[in-house]
Amino acid sequence: MPTTHTPPSTVHATRTVEFKVWRGDSQGGEFKSYSVEVTDGMVVLDCIHRIQADQANDLAVRWNCKAGKCGSCSAEINGNPKLMCMTRMDTLPQGEPVRVEPMRSFPSIRDLVTDVSWNFRAKKKIKPFKPRKPDNADGSWTMYQIDVDRVQEFRKCIECFLCQDVCHVLRDHHKHDEFIGPRLLMYTAMLEMNPLDTESRVADLKHHDGIGYCNIGKCCTKVCPEHIGITDNAIIPMKERVVDEFYDPLTRLFRMFKPR
Amino acid sequence: MSSLDRCTIHEHDVIVIGAGGAGLRAAIEASAAGVTVGVICKSLLGKAHTVMAEGGMAAAMGNVDDRDTWEVHFADTMRGGQYLNNSTMAERHAKDAPARVRELEGWGAVFDRTKDGKILQRNFGGHRYPRLAHVGDRTGLELIRTLQDHGIHQGLEVFMEMTVVTLLKSGGRIAGVFGYDRDRGRLHVWKAKAVILATGGLGKAFRITSNSWEGTGDGQSLAYHAGADLLDMEFVQFHPTGMVWPPSVRGILVTEGVRGEGGVLRNSEGKRFMFDDVPEAYRAQVATTEEEGWRYVCGDKNALRPPELLTRDHVARCINREVKAGRGSPHGGVYLDIAWIKEKIPNASEHIKRKLPSMYHQFRQLAGVDITNERMEVGPTTHYAMGGVAVDGNTQESTVPGLFAAGEVAAGLHGANRLGGNSLSDLVVFGKLAGEHAAKFAQAHTAVEVDPAEVEAHTRAIEAPFERSGSEGPFAIQYALQDVMQDLVGIVRTKDEMEQALVRIGQLRERCARVSVCGHREYNPGWHTALDVGCMLTISEAITRCALERRESRGAQFREDYPQKSAECATFNLIARKTADGSMEVRRRPLVPTRPDLAAIIEMMK
Repeated sequence: MPTTHTPPSTVHATRTVEFKVWRGDSQGGEFKSYSVEVTDGMVVLDCIHRIQADQANDLAVRWNCKAGKCGSCSAEINGNPKLMCMTRMDTLPQGEPVRVEPMRSFPSIRDLVTDVSWNFRAKKKIKPFKPRKPDNADGSWTMYQIDVDRVQEFRKCIECFLCQDVCHVLRDHHKHDEFIGPRLLMYTAMLEMNPLDTESRVADLKHHDGIGYCNIGKCCTKVCPEHIGITDNAIIPMKERVVDEFYDPLTRLFRMFKPR
Repeated sequence: MSSLDRCTIHEHDVIVIGAGGAGLRAAIEASAAGVTVGVICKSLLGKAHTVMAEGGMAAAMGNVDDRDTWEVHFADTMRGGQYLNNSTMAERHAKDAPARVRELEGWGAVFDRTKDGKILQRNFGGHRYPRLAHVGDRTGLELIRTLQDHGIHQGLEVFMEMTVVTLLKSGGRIAGVFGYDRDRGRLHVWKAKAVILATGGLGKAFRITSNSWEGTGDGQSLAYHAGADLLDMEFVQFHPTGMVWPPSVRGILVTEGVRGEGGVLRNSEGKRFMFDDVPEAYRAQVATTEEEGWRYVCGDKNALRPPELLTRDHVARCINREVKAGRGSPHGGVYLDIAWIKEKIPNASEHIKRKLPSMYHQFRQLAGVDITNERMEVGPTTHYAMGGVAVDGNTQESTVPGLFAAGEVAAGLHGANRLGGNSLSDLVVFGKLAGEHAAKFAQAHTAVEVDPAEVEAHTRAIEAPFERSGSEGPFAIQYALQDVMQDLVGIVRTKDEMEQALVRIGQLRERCARVSVCGHREYNPGWHTALDVGCMLTISEAITRCALERRESRGAQFREDYPQKSAECATFNLIARKTADGSMEVRRRPLVPTRPDLAAIIEMMK
């Protein structure tokens, strides 16, 4: 839950905060210290920009919207995967240095910027959306809100890749060739649960996407800035579909005779 | 080794610059026509500024109010643009938007639904009927993700995190583009028969803006230096509701959807000041009591809209007036209140969170304000460029053969002021048109050779900041320019201030020519900004010169020294163009005449 803050005040209290920012590239690097004047309401990204403008013009950082909508400024702040633009300075422990480093599950490009291109390549391998024929003459479909609520939850994803960063299958075991990670398992669930979709991706989930590697640790859910129920609402239902399809012939047989 | 030899060479029939809604829609269309397509974008795929669009996408589908037709949408768009719009574009936009929305659904978009299972539409400023297809308050994300996820399977070659520095020409035609990749700083030439600019806006030239770092006017500047005409550059939209507190989030957008869902504007005295000043052109369309305005929000077809849903130019000026009169909020804005609907509907808190989830989180996390209980503080923020590259309304081709433009970078559809919701529909309607005609152009022409001398000159220019040392860095120049534009060419303009601005822009150009950067070529924001500032200076000059030439107040332009509309100024658009000696000239171009049948629609709906 977001922390509540004191009401707005016209007095801007200023304090000096020490930042330790990881500087380096794929060959290695180190934490460098910077002092930043912090005023009310500032977020970590503001401090990084201030360092960039005044002390290190070449400090590399990715960002776009500065409002938690584009998912570009993912980093590890004091060891926690977060969006820099949505991390207010007053939510961090006072009097201690703030450590900012890049997402550690992806190769370094420079400073806070990592190579996340694997996510794009892996997504492209997932079978695309394939809708049924339109229901109406004008090319539209009839769908009810209750049928799309879950899909819309998954479509809130801003592709910040923090869930991919924190997932131990990728972070510690480097299974990038066998496992698509929480973001893309949820993407697959989104396609599977779209009422218009006619494709099946369940076999791919088992054979290519490595859904079995997920042991429901829920780290992905905990770091999601959009508060999407990645594990409970997306991955577990997909695991169940895989089980139904591949591991439970009795249930399948039973279903064949069950009245619909 | 020549510069061209140092470049990685790519060859495509069509190159699209920009991967927001317009760029992706254009690329998909061109690829479907059978030509090879490359897409170059400054950010990662799916991060373009389209993602920030919140409220929705205007299309006269009539799902919520069956009185809506393309004719009403067309007339609303022309009225909102104060009749400086290109009426052919406004007609196409109104006619095609519904099909483009349905097409998105077929590509995987999931819009909010009506009770009978159709796409839900909401109220927005200047639209007579509920017209905006939407997904909560994250419609832009839905649009870009849909186009991205569809587009990656259409055979496009995407070049992420690369920046185009110049358009290459040969014999008066487009030959390709030259640029660099941001991660390694290597040079690239993309040879192409046709180029589509879809680079978006220029808000970053101002201090308070809803735009991200990308909105530096690259496309407008590239086109200008390639000899293309820029149109209507004086019209920069100041969105009435940006965040004002805390300082670090100043300018971040607060969607008009808040007002569409019943949010009201109040001054420090608690008064709904928007009732005080309703422009003549809208008097017959606006509620006279608070109670009637609420009935409109609830869908009463006999009620007129609340004055908070007037056009953005007008609402922004009213807010500015309240603040200047000393009736503002503590941090220099006014109050936007959605929590008050608790008096009107049960479960208001849940309703607000469901319809405006991003706004709820944005205020909760960044300002410590719970919008289901408390008022928001808001004020105007630089949001959108109505002006941009002049295009042929039937093809989106600029005045340079082979150069096309679509989306915010192109001009014409919105005239002097854009209606909210008309941008997302603009992207897909005209993105598609640009893709179609760029592909046709590429199929009808052979490639022309890139001139090595041109590549040589531009390589030297972009590498120069590394060779200088000791002079100032680029950020100070960028901030100084933002101050100039905000303070002297902002929401209220005068001749004296704008003339001062031109002098300062000239001085900043000299400083920019001496700028130095530290570090290496790899992902170096200092270097990137040093190059972006050049674009910002060009478009800032164009905005200022055009704003000086338009001696009237109309739409987004408010001149304190010419506070009224002028009949004479209603007859022309302004063109900014690079002359042979490299200076900028501004000339009047008579309005493109409106077809009699379209003129009749406008007249009937007045």
